[in-house]
Amino acid sequence: MSAQAVKLTYREAMRQAIREALLADARVFLMGEDVGAYGGCFGVSKGLLEEFGPQRIRDTPLSESAFVGAGIGAAMGGMRPIVEVMTVNFCLLALDQIMNNAATISHMSGGQFQIPLVIRMTTGAGRQVAAQHSHSLEGWLAHIPGLKLLAPATLEDARGMLAPALADPSPVLIFEHGSLYNAEGELPDGAGAVDIERAAIRRAGGDVSLIAYGGTLPTALKAADELASAGVQAEVLDLRVLRPLDERAIVESVSRTRRAVIVDEGWRSGSLAAEVSARIMEQAFYELDAPVERVCSAEVPMPYAQHLEQAALPQAQTIVTAVQRMQGAGG
Amino acid sequence: MSAAAPLEREHDMHLLAQMLRVRRFEEKCVELYSAAKIRGFMHLYIGEEAVAVGAMEALEPQDAVVATYREHGHALVRGVSAGAIMAEMFGKLEGCSRGRGGSMHLFDAATRFYGGNAIVGGGLPLAAGLALADKLQGRARVTACFFGDGAVAEGEFHESMNLSALWQLPVLFLCENNMYAMGTALEREESETDLALKASSYEMSAWSVDGMDVRAVEEAARRAAAEVRDGSRPCFLELRTYRFRAHSMYDPDVYRSKEEIERWRAHDPIPALTAELRDAGLLGDADLQELERAAAEEIEAAIAFAEAGTLEPVEDLERFVYAEEPLA
Ligand SMILES: Cc1ncc(C[n+]2csc(CCOP(=O)(O)OP(=O)(O)O)c2C)c(N)n1
Ligand SMILES: [Mg+2]
Repeated sequence: MSAQAVKLTYREAMRQAIREALLADARVFLMGEDVGAYGGCFGVSKGLLEEFGPQRIRDTPLSESAFVGAGIGAAMGGMRPIVEVMTVNFCLLALDQIMNNAATISHMSGGQFQIPLVIRMTTGAGRQVAAQHSHSLEGWLAHIPGLKLLAPATLEDARGMLAPALADPSPVLIFEHGSLYNAEGELPDGAGAVDIERAAIRRAGGDVSLIAYGGTLPTALKAADELASAGVQAEVLDLRVLRPLDERAIVESVSRTRRAVIVDEGWRSGSLAAEVSARIMEQAFYELDAPVERVCSAEVPMPYAQHLEQAALPQAQTIVTAVQRMQGAGG
Repeated sequence: MSAAAPLEREHDMHLLAQMLRVRRFEEKCVELYSAAKIRGFMHLYIGEEAVAVGAMEALEPQDAVVATYREHGHALVRGVSAGAIMAEMFGKLEGCSRGRGGSMHLFDAATRFYGGNAIVGGGLPLAAGLALADKLQGRARVTACFFGDGAVAEGEFHESMNLSALWQLPVLFLCENNMYAMGTALEREESETDLALKASSYEMSAWSVDGMDVRAVEEAARRAAAEVRDGSRPCFLELRTYRFRAHSMYDPDVYRSKEEIERWRAHDPIPALTAELRDAGLLGDADLQELERAAAEEIEAAIAFAEAGTLEPVEDLERFVYAEEPLA
């Protein structure tokens, strides 16, 4: 069967996924700030209020702690909430609920309660919205046992990760990088659920592994293009799932290429990149031809001025330079 | 006319001039945003000028101001230079935050302007702390804290109100109720839409004011500031106002009707005061032209200053992550 390809944006793919979930299960509802009348701060939920009504597309007051916590309670009470938090910076106001309730109740209650909750939020920089709207705190949240973290970086994942996340009996956080919403591409008509356990090789290559996720995937792919024209074949591994990490895919890729550069928009210290690097050290140390490199954001609150913001963010050129440095090292 | 009339006229002219310069400044910002000179998020205060202008009249130079991301007007009226604000929005080193903050994060230590905070409700605990410092050091100063109706739903609002009342902290809470939090109308964000009533449950005096009437705002703010300063206790004003423009430059503004916007435009504080002064024979065409000319001149100079500004060297990116000077 050759399914017809449909052209759409990442934003539309996400919307289709939400719409499909609402149609498939009466227990599913969406809540968050301005998801209804406004159409979603990034336009993801546009049109859904008209189609599904205010009971299922619920505008919330500015009360992150209360509505995230209410999502946890509603999930425990038999519903399947999708909670939208405008950006990861604002989820800090709900961190107590995310960590002390969502992540702990299953274990702390001895397995008596399940929390089939999905929390979606935008993450990342690049739009000059400065230090209170731009951060990538996935690494922080990935520190917390009890949560699953997904970072759809492709249209296919934007379309396909929500359904399995809702079907999961544990709380799942989905991070949508703000720079991806307008990404355009094609999906087969009827594209649906994808796995939410494995990392994916987005480009095969034998000389170095570029390990990225979310907003840094396009950057890593760009670097791989540039490296290819210099004769270096980079493999690009998209983590997709930030917790639990697909350790096997990481180790396999690095064992093949013998070099790894981890690209992470989070700050380097205590980052997800640090965790991936440690796993490589633990599991593939003797496979390496050069020390692992990390390309992360500068350790500063994200500045507004364009040149400073760009200087603070991982760039393809920095990745290329890191790879060239590694080519020099070892064999 | 009473004997105080000339003074009163002068003061009214001053209020009008302040509102006008804020309005014209932001109208220019719209053009500059279209020209991509200003980027990121930008939130306009157009329609709400009477609030900042009236309220700021009650403050002394030693007082402090805490504001939100919709703070161009507050910064201008507080006395931050138009050039430093514009340069900030251009991302230039000469900006009031070295170009690191942009439209939402204007800071100015000299005028005790503690920022542009872009986390809704984020400024309230800060204001309580500034006031606590004054209280502990025996200073009769006011910390004026501006925030929107949307912030009233946040836990940080309630925690700060309680703390300030419990500890009798000299905070002047100024709630700019423009009836919307982004696209969410007041009655869909608040169980009790009478925000002054809600605030009064914290045992502080609280009342609402017509935020489209600059003199009413000033009068209320003076009374409230006196209560805060002399009585060393918090006070809450709900200023009922309306933003004529969309929430931000990204907002398609589909959640309210054109008729509603037009109804509120009829209460535009600038034409209202202009007409009143004209009718009383206190303002002529020449006066008005002079006000416009002064505003235009200030703004042109601000743009020229911003254009001529420089970019912070990239090597300085990590400066000020930690304080550079030892404690004074
Ligand atoms: C904690 C937090 N949640 C959400 C946002 C996104 N946001 C920015 S402004 C705004 C509306 C705030 O409304 P209000 O407090 O009434 O102020 P107004 O914009 O009307 O001046 C929202 C939802 C934010 N900046 N901070
Ligand atoms: Mg408001």
